[in-house]
Amino acid sequence: MRKALCITLVLIAFPVAMQWLGYLFYVSFASRVMIYAIAATSLNLVLGYGGMLSFGHAAFVGAGAYVASILVAEGVASAWIGWPAAVAASALLAWVIGAISLRTRGVYFIMITLAVAQMMFYLVNSMKAYGGDEGLTLPRRAELGLGLDLGDEVVFYYVVLFVLLAALYALHRVVHSRFGRVMIAIRENGARVEALGLPVYRYQLLCFVIAGAAGGLAGALLASHGKYVNPNVLHWLQSGTLMIMVILGGVGHLWGGAIGAAVLLGLEHVIADYPLPWLAQVAPNYQQHASLGVGIVLLVIVLFAPQGIAGLISRRKNA
Amino acid sequence: MLELRGVTKRFGGVVATDNVALEVAQGEVHALIGPNGAGKTTLIGQISGSLQTDVGTVRFLEKDVTALRQHERVRLGLARSYQITSIFRRFTVLDNLALAVQARSGSSFSFWRPVAAEAALFDEARAISGEIGLAGRLGVTAGNLAHGEQRALEVGLALATRPRFVLLDEPMAGMGPEESQRMIALIGRIRASVTVLLVEHDMDAVFRLADRITVLVSGRVIASGRPAEIRADKDVRRAYLGDELAA
Amino acid sequence: MSWILILEQSLNGLQFGLMLFLLAAGLTLVFGIMDMINLAHGSLYMLGAFLASTFIELTGSFLAGVLLAIAATAVLGMLLEVSILRTLYARDHLSQVLATFALILIINELVRLVWGSDAALAMPAALSGPVELLPGLRYPSYRLVIIGVGLAVALLLYVLVTKTRIGMLVRAGASNREMALAMGVDIKTLFTLVFGVGAALCALAGSMLAPLLAVQVGMGENILILAFVVIVIGGIGSIRGALVGAVLVGVVDTIGRAFLPILLGAFFQPRVASAAGPALASVMIYLIMAVVLYFRPQGLFPARG
Repeated sequence: MRKALCITLVLIAFPVAMQWLGYLFYVSFASRVMIYAIAATSLNLVLGYGGMLSFGHAAFVGAGAYVASILVAEGVASAWIGWPAAVAASALLAWVIGAISLRTRGVYFIMITLAVAQMMFYLVNSMKAYGGDEGLTLPRRAELGLGLDLGDEVVFYYVVLFVLLAALYALHRVVHSRFGRVMIAIRENGARVEALGLPVYRYQLLCFVIAGAAGGLAGALLASHGKYVNPNVLHWLQSGTLMIMVILGGVGHLWGGAIGAAVLLGLEHVIADYPLPWLAQVAPNYQQHASLGVGIVLLVIVLFAPQGIAGLISRRKNA
Repeated sequence: MLELRGVTKRFGGVVATDNVALEVAQGEVHALIGPNGAGKTTLIGQISGSLQTDVGTVRFLEKDVTALRQHERVRLGLARSYQITSIFRRFTVLDNLALAVQARSGSSFSFWRPVAAEAALFDEARAISGEIGLAGRLGVTAGNLAHGEQRALEVGLALATRPRFVLLDEPMAGMGPEESQRMIALIGRIRASVTVLLVEHDMDAVFRLADRITVLVSGRVIASGRPAEIRADKDVRRAYLGDELAA
Repeated sequence: MSWILILEQSLNGLQFGLMLFLLAAGLTLVFGIMDMINLAHGSLYMLGAFLASTFIELTGSFLAGVLLAIAATAVLGMLLEVSILRTLYARDHLSQVLATFALILIINELVRLVWGSDAALAMPAALSGPVELLPGLRYPSYRLVIIGVGLAVALLLYVLVTKTRIGMLVRAGASNREMALAMGVDIKTLFTLVFGVGAALCALAGSMLAPLLAVQVGMGENILILAFVVIVIGGIGSIRGALVGAVLVGVVDTIGRAFLPILLGAFFQPRVASAAGPALASVMIYLIMAVVLYFRPQGLFPARG
């Protein structure tokens, strides 16, 4: 709890420090990291706590992003309409996809979520009216009113921070609630939960919908942040990226999604923008092959540290 | 209380249960015995609802439950324990039982209030742990329990749903003599409040506990009646009991 | 819309389907027997294509190049299995998904380092002309060869799996792994062999399809999803299911892409048809998968009882 408070204070002080130092770019970058943290946290709910291997989570993030973008593009700039609409759309989509997929087990489930998400990708890709494969550029970020200008990077940062902290707190409450215990139990032994009189399918579906809705919110924020959205946000490789974040940070740990997003995006940024001369001598163009490093790190983590960073930290604490 | 008629289950070309008829009266301890592969676990699955019945009907408390799913039957008061231990290995004993209590008391579609605040759940879980003899092991992770303790927890989970009828599938599987005696005592205690259908190979337990016995061989019921009748039945001796009772 | 066009597109669909079958067959066996999700299966397909382009250049012969590529990919596949994948059999599905996803990233980048983002693979000159199948129907001979090869391999696999001892072990493993283990089958070697065969099939498909599609990094991922859809439709662990599913998917996808826009154009305005047509065509496969799974959740020919 104290650690969480410390981190929160740092996050609150961050933009002030950056402004003072003149590194405003990092405020925007940090916003992007936090948005992915929200998306990864939403996946953590369904994957880490619920044990459902959804390989199509990007579909929900993407659906939220597109709904929010289309509304802004069509002139509805208010975030009070756009963002709830994004959440509702993603929740509905998750309900439909979940209803179909959750009737299956094991590999079938994984494959269906993967295939359905890819289907969404193709659908959106062919929507010429909204940019097709070139994507949709927005004239402005959504409007929040209340005297807050989301166009200001610092203001946007604080809004995103608020949503992230709210999401983490909500996850904390859900995990410790009755619903959370049932989900964790289902992950542990679904058959026995059914044998205790609980309709497992209904719980899984609800969990899936909640996670999808939260993913949609992240998508809406993402679209506003970059003022741009394109079908790649729905691609299954994006789902894979979210999964990498979750396992990197720690599957089933509260901060797992956030840590994973921060580490992955941070590493990518460092590799891309801070060339290491000695490495460049050995392997020229190494920056273009950053994925190789990500792949190796991921493989190592899966094989040797499957509990992720959060897991390593808590193990060190208990040792 | 429980009535099966013509219950059949086929897996591909294999007939696992064949036209089974069975009746269990309220308050009874009814034993289901038979050689390995006779279809006992399949039948348990069909009664509890985890397996769909191809043909036949299952009636529980005067209601036709054949089409009901497992969790619905549990809600009506029909619980089961598993032959192969199926507990929540990474939960503590207390959490295992608390979950079962939670499942039958109130809605679990509650997202905000922490479970830890619900003292009633845990009090009842503690009480149940006392009934099954695990009162001193509440904080132990279930996966670390001894085999006999896990089997006790296995039964405890079924009992925690406060059923009116419980299906015990080989509760004494893999137990030594002392642990078996404890399990027999436990079943002896619960029979006052719960009707029991007991699947077992331990003939000592069966003949000590059962009011009536049904014998299943190759998916078919070959005999059903009081223990003394079963012991004397020629078909049963030939098919199953002969070797067992030689001692 | 002439029947010649329909026939031609059907043949295209059959051809694509048979190549999909090569991928799906290996994939379904790995799933069925080892219960392992291998996302890197598409990477083997890609490796096969890239290796073929190099070997063809080195040897000057299309046939030699393809055969060498198949052999090399099989070896690489088996090395991969022995070193990394073996440790994943005992792990949960999430770990398998993530580890093999990591392998996709790694293999993609390694290929990029060695070959660059794409490679050239031309059709063999001898096969680049059309053949007159029926009066009025001229069909590229290369595609006919693909169909022939695909059918031959399907037959070979059928004979292998149903008539040989090894095939029996494979089928036993697919339907009940624990039983096979209990019967003392040397599971480790069997797995490695199965994986090697799967890799060889991928390489065959990759190198044969290369002149028609492009050889580029990322080609594996696109076809991987289709292969998964195929085995989900066909039933995990079943080669027969993989064949039926693959041909179904290949034909539906090809015909859908060719005719749906036209069909829609008959009912809707051209603007709608041209937008909805391709979208619907891409989605056809997934709709079929959803329909099949609704009625038969285990697929059409599940290997497991």
